[in-house]
Amino acid sequence: MIEAVGLTKRYGAKTAVYNLSFQVRPGTVTGFLGPNGSGKSTTMRMILGLDQPTAGHVTVGGHPFRELPNAPRQVGALLDAKAVHGGRSARNHLLSLAQLSGIPAARVDEVLGVVGLQEVARRRSSGFSLGMGQRLGIAAALLGDPQVLLFDEPVNGLDPEGILWVRNLMKQLASEGRTVFVSSHLMSEMAVTAEHLIVIGRGQLLSDMSVRDFISHNSADFARVRPADTDPGAREKLVAALGEAGGQVLSERDGALRVTGLPLPRISDLAHESDVRLWELSPHQASLEEAYMRLTQNAVDYRSTADQLAGFAPPPQPGYGGQLYEPPVVPEVPTQGWYAPPPPGENPYASDGPPPAQAPAQAPAQAPVAPPVPPLKAAATAPAPVTAGPAPASAADLVKHVSDEKPDRTAKPDESDAKTETTEDAR
Amino acid sequence: MASVPAVLQSEWTKIRTVASTIWTLAIAFLVTVAMGFALSLLFSTTFDDLSEAERTTFDPTFVSFSGMILGQLAMVVFGVLVVGSEYSSGMIRTSLAAVPQRGTFIFSKIFVAGMLALIVGFITGFVSFFLGQAALGDHGTTIGEPHVLRAVIGSGLYMGLIALFSMGVATMLRSSMLSLGILMPFFFLVSQILASVPKAKDVAQYFPDQAGAKIMQVIPDALNSDRAPYSPWEGMGIMALWVVAALIGGYLVLKKRDA
Repeated sequence: MIEAVGLTKRYGAKTAVYNLSFQVRPGTVTGFLGPNGSGKSTTMRMILGLDQPTAGHVTVGGHPFRELPNAPRQVGALLDAKAVHGGRSARNHLLSLAQLSGIPAARVDEVLGVVGLQEVARRRSSGFSLGMGQRLGIAAALLGDPQVLLFDEPVNGLDPEGILWVRNLMKQLASEGRTVFVSSHLMSEMAVTAEHLIVIGRGQLLSDMSVRDFISHNSADFARVRPADTDPGAREKLVAALGEAGGQVLSERDGALRVTGLPLPRISDLAHESDVRLWELSPHQASLEEAYMRLTQNAVDYRSTADQLAGFAPPPQPGYGGQLYEPPVVPEVPTQGWYAPPPPGENPYASDGPPPAQAPAQAPAQAPVAPPVPPLKAAATAPAPVTAGPAPASAADLVKHVSDEKPDRTAKPDESDAKTETTEDAR
Repeated sequence: MASVPAVLQSEWTKIRTVASTIWTLAIAFLVTVAMGFALSLLFSTTFDDLSEAERTTFDPTFVSFSGMILGQLAMVVFGVLVVGSEYSSGMIRTSLAAVPQRGTFIFSKIFVAGMLALIVGFITGFVSFFLGQAALGDHGTTIGEPHVLRAVIGSGLYMGLIALFSMGVATMLRSSMLSLGILMPFFFLVSQILASVPKAKDVAQYFPDQAGAKIMQVIPDALNSDRAPYSPWEGMGIMALWVVAALIGGYLVLKKRDA
């Protein structure tokens, strides 16, 4: 059991992890996901007591790591495959770790066999490939037969056979009742390994739920609807009809519509009633990868566009009533528009100055209320809609969710904000 | 709690399983002995060319330790690499994840490496002395003469303390390159040069190497050098204070900083 409460880490002006609270339970593989630079490794290091949190605390089995009696027998960790003195042989490396906690030398040969390195056990580790380094790191983690295991990007550099092996190893360790915490930036890998997911973006918790819930929460299945191109007014008519019926409509780049919230037969009926011919009506199920991309993408988008929006947003149109409007364009998540988070310096929470409550406090007030949607006319001339379009429902939730995580130091913690309360207690 | 004997054993495994340990210690031994022997030989053949003052203050014991000036640099490298390689390889994170008690970790490591350096230092000291005296022939001395044994034992202590001081500095700086870049020029150039400049000398004689090296002199003003304002053992004490300061500094840095 790993428990983090209000974990925050600042490196000078840069905030790597902000107010992170989560639990990792025994008996399941818990995936720890986030884009590069989102704070996964920093969190792992704080769990292991290597980095001292700026605020909050994290315990393993109820104890801070540094106070654990005989830590290597309780917690095994693979942090960095190359964190080995290159001049030392694999066996001697493991032997030095084993001797720390009274593990017999025979166990060293045992784990070398488990990870498949017995052939090269007496070779200097500087000659190891990344994959062999990973295996050596995994061997070190398994050495003490610990109840809690942490793996930071364990499949990096492994061949397909090795990836499969790691996947099965994680599951097996979890099925033995151990706590297994695996970080990765590969959603596809986590989808088949983990049962529970903790997703962070830019150092903050985005999601903490089971894989199944994660998919249904973050990627509603959708229908792709393509009205006939031959009828110019058809598209707008259909959008209006679908909107009235309670569906959410997003526009795809090739002119098709992405409809959520309505079953396929209902969409067909609506199209029929509004006299629109359809060229395509197809069900789509978003993959876990897509759900993850969308989740993290939204977090990134929210941060990096918030400032520019003020200057570029078209003035509110008086005619905006919702009869005819261009649906927002779906960010093409899986292939395009995906980019690493901006450099940490741009993190709005990074400054050590006044409490950061102000900036995010405004955002949720605006975001969920549909931001000004450019009417058709404006959309034709201005290239704004991609960024200025109203976020999909999940994004609005997210914006709200993320901003809820900010403890407002001036505000009193009330009953509904349990997280803030625990943080305050911890201080 | 990782027990201290377990950590000591682990550190011993670490230190004996890297090639740099053997190389640096072997070089420290060979260079000191060889250079001491060569200079002893030189003094013995050119003894008559020495000035009157130098001849009356001729210190055969000190001459046989002349190789320390170079040999101590290999000890510096040994001390720096023992600690610095943990940082350069990233091994420090593995080590500290296994031994969260950072004080136990660093002092166990320094104890093991320090004892090893001390043993090598003693061997080097005795071999240097006997070979040097053999080279000096008639001008030599014997281990039974007053203060000679103290000087020989002191030379071993000196080498051990140099290694310990380097470990402390490397723990503070957390980098092999940076530590070597500072310590090598300091011991080889800065300290030596300042010690021969009239005014700077008053300060330089309190540097760790200058103060510690006095213990290797049997005659206080050996080879017509200036007398130090402290006794040989006080000099060793000054050096020990430097070492303690470096180790405490290193411990505090390790304890406070993130790995």
